[in-house]
Amino acid sequence: MTKNMLIVGAGISGVSIAYNLAKKGVTDIHVVDKGYFASGATGRCGAGVRAQWATPLNCLLAKKSVEFFENAKTILEYEGDIEFKQEGYLILATSPEEAAQFQDNVRLQNSLGIPARYLCKDEALKIVPYLNPDAFVAATFCKMDGHLNPFKMTDAYMKSAKKLGVTFSFFEEVTDIITEDKRIVGVKTNKETYETPIVVDAAGGYSREIGLMAGVDIPVYSENHQILATEPIEKMQGPMVMSFSKNIYCQQVPHGSFLMGRSDPNVEKGHQTHSSWQFLEEMAKTATHIMPKLGSLRVVRQWGGSYNMSPDRQPIIGGTEAVKGFYMACGFSGHGFMLAPMTGLLLSEIILNEPTTLDVATLGLGRFAHTKTFDVEKSVV
Amino acid sequence: MSDKDKIIICRCEDVTLEQIEDAIAQGFTTFEDLKRILRVGMGPCQGNTCGHLLQVYLAQRLRHSIEDVKTHRPRPMLLGVTLKDIVEGGDE
Repeated sequence: MTKNMLIVGAGISGVSIAYNLAKKGVTDIHVVDKGYFASGATGRCGAGVRAQWATPLNCLLAKKSVEFFENAKTILEYEGDIEFKQEGYLILATSPEEAAQFQDNVRLQNSLGIPARYLCKDEALKIVPYLNPDAFVAATFCKMDGHLNPFKMTDAYMKSAKKLGVTFSFFEEVTDIITEDKRIVGVKTNKETYETPIVVDAAGGYSREIGLMAGVDIPVYSENHQILATEPIEKMQGPMVMSFSKNIYCQQVPHGSFLMGRSDPNVEKGHQTHSSWQFLEEMAKTATHIMPKLGSLRVVRQWGGSYNMSPDRQPIIGGTEAVKGFYMACGFSGHGFMLAPMTGLLLSEIILNEPTTLDVATLGLGRFAHTKTFDVEKSVV
Repeated sequence: MSDKDKIIICRCEDVTLEQIEDAIAQGFTTFEDLKRILRVGMGPCQGNTCGHLLQVYLAQRLRHSIEDVKTHRPRPMLLGVTLKDIVEGGDE
């Protein structure tokens, strides 16, 4: 079967890339995914979206992505509800050093047009009154941040892409990528062989493996991050409450459940997405320390999903000199969902040799080639 | 059947057979698909009612053999914990 472009992975990045390419007039785009709809990181993510970052690149990618989410329902002509709850992120500083870093972050964010504010303790308590005042020293708040339903957002992109002629195949796994003279010529899966000059690696947790099939060494790895969901209750929390130093993010979604997640500093690299009781215990301790009132909520479910980690915790978006026709969007380090609108736009511009919305040199694989000192993003849970 | 909007498949999340049919028509044909798009099985009982109902229904509706219709993956806290896991601190 012959295709103009084959996209590996139908998660949020893959569907956004497919939509953007099709919208620019590319025909015969096919997307394959080894699992069911939203079976990878997208369907397992916390689905928060924020513009409050500490590197200029992440700030700009996130801000422009949030601006897309604000209008996504209309732009994509989606009949369903993407459940965009735009009530901000309240990020807590728990030490004077972290508070100082946050003041720098807010200055950077403001210089890039992001309306974040630095708040003293009393101001933060006005936004979320049941915070434990002894658990933090200051905070930042940005009203444009929020949360979406990751399944509906993915469905919205997918339906819109389908209307533009993109085809999708689930339960189809890529087994080999064929190159000739350092150029992509085809893709083999467990069901089909495709002739195609262009492959996009949007395989999330498995993007390193897909890269290796094409002979491209992408310096990313996967690790398990866990989340729990509580029973739904009446709305009590507007913003996402987050702390990097306490290692927690906690949001009440429109359905009424609280979702909370944290990272495990001792997690092993790999594709496991298990649930552990240690997570439950640590999560419960942190959540009730910061917000004691949440102690009476019942846990309904917990699960795990892969973060695809890059050396500088910023995404890798672009092509490579090593293999012509091979493009990647990976290494999002836990933030692929919120950056997806820009991922799709930028990669479509790169593939079609158009002027790019942001400087793409800073996004490419090339940044890791000659240096080991990167601008590492610190605002990560 | 004319009263599919009155037949509740998932009691925790109030999902009707009509909604299931609508999602199937959109191409969401596995339990995991339906869970993501409609929340079936995401409630406190974790699919202990709708899982079985949907397994039978999807098998008949899509003409699959029932062995081929997978349901959801049970998640903690639903399952009992083995003494060994408590002692060793194992996963799941």
